[in-house]
Amino acid sequence: MIITLKVWRQEGPDVPGRFETYKVPDANPHMSFLEMLDVLNEQLIKEGKDPVEFDYDCREGICGSCGVVIDGQAHGPQQRTACCQLHMRHYKDGDTIVIEPWRAEGFPIIRDLVVDRSAFDRIVAAGGYVSVNTGAAPDANSIPVPKDDADLSMDYATCIGCGACVAGCPNASASLFTAAKISHLALLPQGDPERERRAKSMVDQMASEGFGDCSNHAECEAVCPKGISIDAIARMRREYMRAVRG
Amino acid sequence: MLDSKTPAGPLKEKWDNYKNSCKLVNPANKRKHTVLVVGTGLAGGSAAATLAELGYNVKSFCIQDSPRRAHSIAAQGGINAAKNYPNDGDTVWRLFYDTIKGGDYRSREANVYRLAQVANNIIDQAVAQGVPFAREYGGLLDNRSFGGAQVSRTFYARGQTGQQLLLGAYQAMSRQIGAGNIEMFARQEMLDLVTINGKARGIITRNLVTGEIERHVGDAVLLCTGGYGNVYYLSTNAKNSNVTAAWRAHKRGAYFANPCYTQIHPTCIPVSGDYQSKLTLMSESLRNDGRVWVPKDPGDTRSPRDIPEDDRDYYLERRYPSFGNLVPRDVASRNAKSVTDEGRGVGETKLAVYLDFADAIRRLGKDTIEARYGNLFEMYERITGENPYEMPMRIFPAVHYTMGGLWVDYELQSSVPGLFVLGEANFSDHGANRLGASALMQGLSDGYFVIPYTLGNYIAGTEMDAVGTDHPAFAEAEDASTSRIDQLLSVQGDKTVVEFHRELGKIMWDEVGMSRTKEGLQRAIDQISALRDEFWQNVRVPGEPTHHNKYLEFAGRVADFLELGELMARDALEREESCGGHFREEYQSPEGEAMRNDEDFTHVAAWEHREDGSKVRHTEDLEFENVQLTTRSYK
Repeated sequence: MIITLKVWRQEGPDVPGRFETYKVPDANPHMSFLEMLDVLNEQLIKEGKDPVEFDYDCREGICGSCGVVIDGQAHGPQQRTACCQLHMRHYKDGDTIVIEPWRAEGFPIIRDLVVDRSAFDRIVAAGGYVSVNTGAAPDANSIPVPKDDADLSMDYATCIGCGACVAGCPNASASLFTAAKISHLALLPQGDPERERRAKSMVDQMASEGFGDCSNHAECEAVCPKGISIDAIARMRREYMRAVRG
Repeated sequence: MLDSKTPAGPLKEKWDNYKNSCKLVNPANKRKHTVLVVGTGLAGGSAAATLAELGYNVKSFCIQDSPRRAHSIAAQGGINAAKNYPNDGDTVWRLFYDTIKGGDYRSREANVYRLAQVANNIIDQAVAQGVPFAREYGGLLDNRSFGGAQVSRTFYARGQTGQQLLLGAYQAMSRQIGAGNIEMFARQEMLDLVTINGKARGIITRNLVTGEIERHVGDAVLLCTGGYGNVYYLSTNAKNSNVTAAWRAHKRGAYFANPCYTQIHPTCIPVSGDYQSKLTLMSESLRNDGRVWVPKDPGDTRSPRDIPEDDRDYYLERRYPSFGNLVPRDVASRNAKSVTDEGRGVGETKLAVYLDFADAIRRLGKDTIEARYGNLFEMYERITGENPYEMPMRIFPAVHYTMGGLWVDYELQSSVPGLFVLGEANFSDHGANRLGASALMQGLSDGYFVIPYTLGNYIAGTEMDAVGTDHPAFAEAEDASTSRIDQLLSVQGDKTVVEFHRELGKIMWDEVGMSRTKEGLQRAIDQISALRDEFWQNVRVPGEPTHHNKYLEFAGRVADFLELGELMARDALEREESCGGHFREEYQSPEGEAMRNDEDFTHVAAWEHREDGSKVRHTEDLEFENVQLTTRSYK
């Protein structure tokens, strides 16, 4: 199949970017979306042009490295799927596809489709952990955790930190990311002693990184490759109120 | 002969004896020592966090944009420990024994025993960090059986155990980053090891965003940089997984042990075309309920649902009546190869076998199968476009893990003093074949519970010269890295890096893959050497060295794979036996089973790189004082 691509090209954070149009004449329905970009890059290299820079690693939807906006949707049209697991069988011969980077103040562009998501690491470093030194742990079964709590905690813990929630949000808010971590740890007895400190520090850090606030638009949940529910954000708000008001 | 520095005493007391007698660094002095930790997977993340908690000044490096993305994140199945919560008879000894037998008696007894001993502490630590392992309704931890073990000792977090354990380590690291005890360098690739007066004292890195070359000095270097499965081009490894850090250390004096030991995992989604960039693993838990088969007749082109029972060959059940579909990974993979070699493979490429759930669905109902494997079935359908509830899955083996790696002694120290190697990057615990759910155990054992002791012993007992990054050894290593990058960019030939990598992968898969022969290995050595020459004459690397340039990164890594591949073939050639993941066709029983040669090969082969470019094979004899070497039989 022949696919036309309009790809965002930008040499660096401080230079203006633009769309460039390319044709991929031999796309195959069994290819993944990123493999189609690999084919484009092989073409560009052979023509002596600079390939399109984009982030990826595991290509099985778990590392969270990849992420581009495809025709206006973060990670593209298939729900609960990171773009590395999107396949070309969802497109037809002759289609034109527009590809852009995550766009958010908190995610400055590095080059082409590659953005700097280190703000997420700083949000976690502000409090997204349980303070337990290696060797200080009691026996694993000494504190029972109700199965429902553990399962719900796991639902939030599956966040891959890709940043699609920010890219999808009209406010470029990092609320779903931050809330998923706060909720994961708030639901477990191990995370309980520092839950207030954690909620406050993480929310404050998020605000200081240039992300907007949440206005319950819920696009973040719709584009999340792990389907993390915005219930997390309600829980984050409760945790935050508890922390600041006692 | 290499000295493993295994402590004296009975097996069960060796680690305690070591801990009782190793030297300690005074708490107030720890912050005066800088430790460079390269890689942030389970081994590197756990080591960096733990050493920082102890008070060392840690600098941590990863090639990804965040330490949370290291490839440990993709591990699905679980992590073993001999907690014996199910009361089914598990002990530290049994975990040790299963691991050493599974490795086909090609690993070091003392290391494996220590691994089994500290495994329980890993589970405690992970739970305390907030890792949401699966639980029973009573609130206690759930276990499952895995990889053919006769006890349930595997802890898991859905099909994302690696992700959750890695996030635990990442969060512990993040706490130390926030506290200023770890300085984090993301998007940095190690390009060389700096040795001064025979000791590892620093590294050269490239900033992958700006292209700047940086020098970092420390009192010790920890390589936690994973395995080298991507030498095959197609593997289940992440695209950025590579051997470069380990290989550069090898060229600076670290011995490379058992490079030929590779694990080919039997249940992966088959290759669909030349554009394929990686292979996806399906957890081997699928073999608990799926039945593996191919048509009896090579010419049978009917749809699998139209092939009657009598025309199907359930070859694993037929050949291994007692283990059936649950034979270990190496056996399952070799058998898939042999039936496809007979022309009985299925699907368009004929390089696949069926994994059929029809019987299980009839017996247990679709809901039960969905509860057990729903996410895997979904993943399969997403990639192939076929519904495995209705059509049998097509699966084929793929390169998954490398048991070989840099040689280390009992202290995880390489042949270069001050250079420690942890996790998949070392060779130490899995012998010739790794069992399921033991990679996570090893990475975390090395990082959380072994290195804090052995590194202290080294630092406390070593006279350190005061050196800075202005030392001539740094300048020499930096110049070497820079000129290599310039050389890669200056060729401007006709073939892309990916084309070279794919060609190398084909040679490796055909000749140094699931089964190997003397002639094939010799052929591979010649072909790889020729391909390497062509690479440096004809590669085309786009762009500049001064910006984010993925293909420049790949070029350096492929150049190293082109050297490693040859060493793997040489190592396989010299190991004239079949053991674990290394199968030499010349050494098999009349029924086609692997035949070890314990007389001549109960040793580790560790390769030294000499300055003139030659390689010298050293050995470390493996002494078994506690277990009897037996033939693995799964009939």
